[in-house]
Amino acid sequence: MRIGLFATCLGDTLFPEAVKSTAVLLARLGHEVVFPPDQTCCGQMHVNTGYQREPVPLVRNFAEQFGDASIDAVVMPSGSCAGSVRHQHEIVAQRYGDAALRAGVATVKAKTYELSELLVDVLGVTEVGAYFPHRVTYHPTCHSLRMLRVGDKPLKLLRAVEGIDLVELPEADSCCGFGGTFAVKNAETSTAMLQDKMRNIADTKADVCSAGDSSCLMHIGGGLSRIKSGTRTLHLAQILGSTRTAPYAPMEAAR
Amino acid sequence: MSTFLGMPAAPPRSPYGTGNLRGDRKFPEAAHDELRNEQLRRNLSRATRTIRTKRLGVTGELPDWERLRDAGSAIKTDTMNRLPELLEQLERKVTERGGTVHWARDGVEANEIVTRLIRATGSRDVIKVKSMATQEIGLNEHLEAAGITPYETDLAELIVQLADDKPSHILVPAIHRNRDEIRQIFLDEIPGVDPDLDNVPAHLAAAARAYLREKFMTTKVAVSGANFGIAETGTLTVVESEGNGRMCLTLPDTLITVMGIEKVLPRFQDLEVFLQLLPRSSTGERMNPYTSMWTGVTPGDGPQDFHLVLLDNGRTAALADTIGREALNCIRCSACLNVCPVYERAGGHAYGSTYPGPIGAVLTPQLAGMHAAKDDPNSSLPYASSLCGACFDACPVKIDIPSMLVELRHQHTEQSGTTAEKLAMKAAAGVMSRPKLFAAAQKAASLGRAAGGRDGTISRLPASLSGWSDSRDTAAPPKQSFRSWLASAEGAATMRAAAGEGAGRTAEEPEEEQ
Amino acid sequence: MTTNPTARDTVLGRIRAALALAPTPDSEVPRVYRTGRTLPDDERLALLTDRLADYKAQVHPCTGDRTAEVIAGILHERGARRIGVPDGLDEQWLAAYDGEVQLDSADIPAPSLDALDGVVTASAVSCAETGTIFLDGSPGQGRRALSLVPDLHVCVVDLSSVVAGVPEAVARLVPERPTTLISGPSATSDIELERVEGVHGPRTLAVVIRTDA
Repeated sequence: MRIGLFATCLGDTLFPEAVKSTAVLLARLGHEVVFPPDQTCCGQMHVNTGYQREPVPLVRNFAEQFGDASIDAVVMPSGSCAGSVRHQHEIVAQRYGDAALRAGVATVKAKTYELSELLVDVLGVTEVGAYFPHRVTYHPTCHSLRMLRVGDKPLKLLRAVEGIDLVELPEADSCCGFGGTFAVKNAETSTAMLQDKMRNIADTKADVCSAGDSSCLMHIGGGLSRIKSGTRTLHLAQILGSTRTAPYAPMEAAR
Repeated sequence: MSTFLGMPAAPPRSPYGTGNLRGDRKFPEAAHDELRNEQLRRNLSRATRTIRTKRLGVTGELPDWERLRDAGSAIKTDTMNRLPELLEQLERKVTERGGTVHWARDGVEANEIVTRLIRATGSRDVIKVKSMATQEIGLNEHLEAAGITPYETDLAELIVQLADDKPSHILVPAIHRNRDEIRQIFLDEIPGVDPDLDNVPAHLAAAARAYLREKFMTTKVAVSGANFGIAETGTLTVVESEGNGRMCLTLPDTLITVMGIEKVLPRFQDLEVFLQLLPRSSTGERMNPYTSMWTGVTPGDGPQDFHLVLLDNGRTAALADTIGREALNCIRCSACLNVCPVYERAGGHAYGSTYPGPIGAVLTPQLAGMHAAKDDPNSSLPYASSLCGACFDACPVKIDIPSMLVELRHQHTEQSGTTAEKLAMKAAAGVMSRPKLFAAAQKAASLGRAAGGRDGTISRLPASLSGWSDSRDTAAPPKQSFRSWLASAEGAATMRAAAGEGAGRTAEEPEEEQ
Repeated sequence: MTTNPTARDTVLGRIRAALALAPTPDSEVPRVYRTGRTLPDDERLALLTDRLADYKAQVHPCTGDRTAEVIAGILHERGARRIGVPDGLDEQWLAAYDGEVQLDSADIPAPSLDALDGVVTASAVSCAETGTIFLDGSPGQGRRALSLVPDLHVCVVDLSSVVAGVPEAVARLVPERPTTLISGPSATSDIELERVEGVHGPRTLAVVIRTDA
């Protein structure tokens, strides 16, 4: 399968390891990974903060970069960006776009997937040959859970990882308090939510808290780093990308 | 096509400065104080957890729960589409059965109607069934100013009234109080209460029973809200638990019911859906202890003088918005409050409105507006959410609250003219819609690594982001973006090696389709 | 009758304007939830009994010929010396009761019902799945105040009037009758969301289920 990889602006710029792991994992599974070089951002932050005119060029650029019929599927290591492409791009296109944009958005929406969806639903694989001998807990992230309805797909993938000690996160489905600009506009409420999330993570005594979205991990990881927690955050793709021959090694600063 | 002389005028919001649909400060400032109240945090956490568990239990046991939600949602949409004819039908049926129907354009008019009706009875006292509509329009305050004493008879409303407090939850207005606080309020405020009253909930409830018994037996007028009004038959319904509703709806000579125009339902049969959706979503019970249904006046049974006040107060303004209209489908179960992580931490008072929580954050700005004054506190409500979506899943009539929040945020930015945030958003979009500029910005960001300490984290961000950095470290940007890595020799080699491994894997596993 | 025609016309005009500004397609209501369910007698009895017990109501299943004996037993046990009954209640049901019986009528002021120790009524229909008893003011059920003010309510339910679910129960109602749905004794969850039985309505609900009636 020819898979278009959308790195997401956050992944590309701040958390490239998760994107690298995604690319390597898909190639390792025998798929052709293409990276349209002029891709940038899905515009989620704009729409979620109340701006729908400003992201029109971003929505158009996304549709142009990934609309090509030679791309069978588009994947991104982010539940919230996939949610934006699938649910918000058409709102923007309906309101402020032209017929061409609406058509482009519909085309690309139909083939866009978050990583665990692509692996389990489209590629039909749960055992990806990963090896990760650590204690891991998984935060399912709100947009993956309730916007994309990925269900237990990430957990199916994790359970199949060799050597993993997967522990259930108490109150897993509670929001970590990120919510994009929410964490800035309502920083104190966001912090109160983060504290409860971190307490639940601490209860698992996991080495690693994983998730399918670098933005939530940035939030949780930022909090864990501040309290000098022994648990670090790691994207699902990095666990699935870790193998016996190329085991996971910390590349980014602890966060 | 005939010449169309412009679109009709948009209906007005609830008049500014009336009722209880606007706080005196924005959500973050109000939440700042509430979050520091440890007692409140504990009370809310405990209570919302209890109710969440109960709700999941009783909704999970119905195999057709999702089908009931679909039906409930569709009935409400159908209702809004046919609202004029349904209200006219309801009016006709209630009138035929001996009731009197009044129309109120806003809360001020409704308050005046109710006051006039109570005065006409000669009573100086009125007993009240818990009602969101009368809370919204500030009826109690209006009655007191007119020399009429309203007695709230719902236990939680009584607690709130005795403590001169404000409700903080749709279903359980005193959810922010625990049993010790309630005991103290009763000791301080109920005349003749047993000084040895302890904090056992059953004993507290018994104290309320004794206090209110005399009011029920002697007061000649009652005011209620309504959960549903059936257009087909003129039947009104109040769903409750304690029996205070039955007392108010049955014993007085005069009953005045204030009902929002959106509470009408087309058919009597529709109750078969809502009597399943509401109790299970609300108190997490299979059925609430008591539900009363009455149609106009019944000779020899209950109040012989019945008045129905149909209230607009901004509802038609909400109805004029294709997306926002859905908020009118709300049946006030409060399930969205109980699952909301923001509500659970900040509490109901932070919303400043009769309607708190996720539904309040979308309903309040639509009823009362969010640009009625400079820095209108209501403009902060659509942002009081992390958009986690738990409310949408819990809603028995499937109101897509997260999408509505995003829509209201958009309406807010459209109304706000040029702001620093809008310029920043424009600039960000400008950079990100030009790939070369974006790549250059990434390089600049990676230079920002210098801001990181020795461990590669930034612990202090500029003032505009200090709320974030007060409790979170920020990782310094990595030395190389993904796209630079992919374009590098190392990236190319890594991808080549992985592809080689992949080619081996696909050769081993012939495609199943064949 | 409408008291303020200007407000009425204004509100209806606003609604029509709103619907013109934001039109939506007509909505078809999908009624594919469970309706018209039937359950055998023993299952309806078991379900109703379980639900009522869950609400802390007292449940007394018996055959019809034991009705008077069971009712007398409940009243005696609760020390109810003076009870109210609605017009139209089967006189035989009180044949074994030796206390004072006040036949209710519309002339009796409702507050005076507070002096009664209890009330005995029949019922119109019951819903097994939710443990809900419907009273609709028909003969034997009385005006609403009668089953509300006294602290003990003994309610007789014939098993033949018990239906499976809410839709089946709603279908049997006569909308114009003043109807009260009772699911256990009065209760509140207003203090820390913990359910407490017994606030303003009867604090004791005793249900006599006649299994052959």
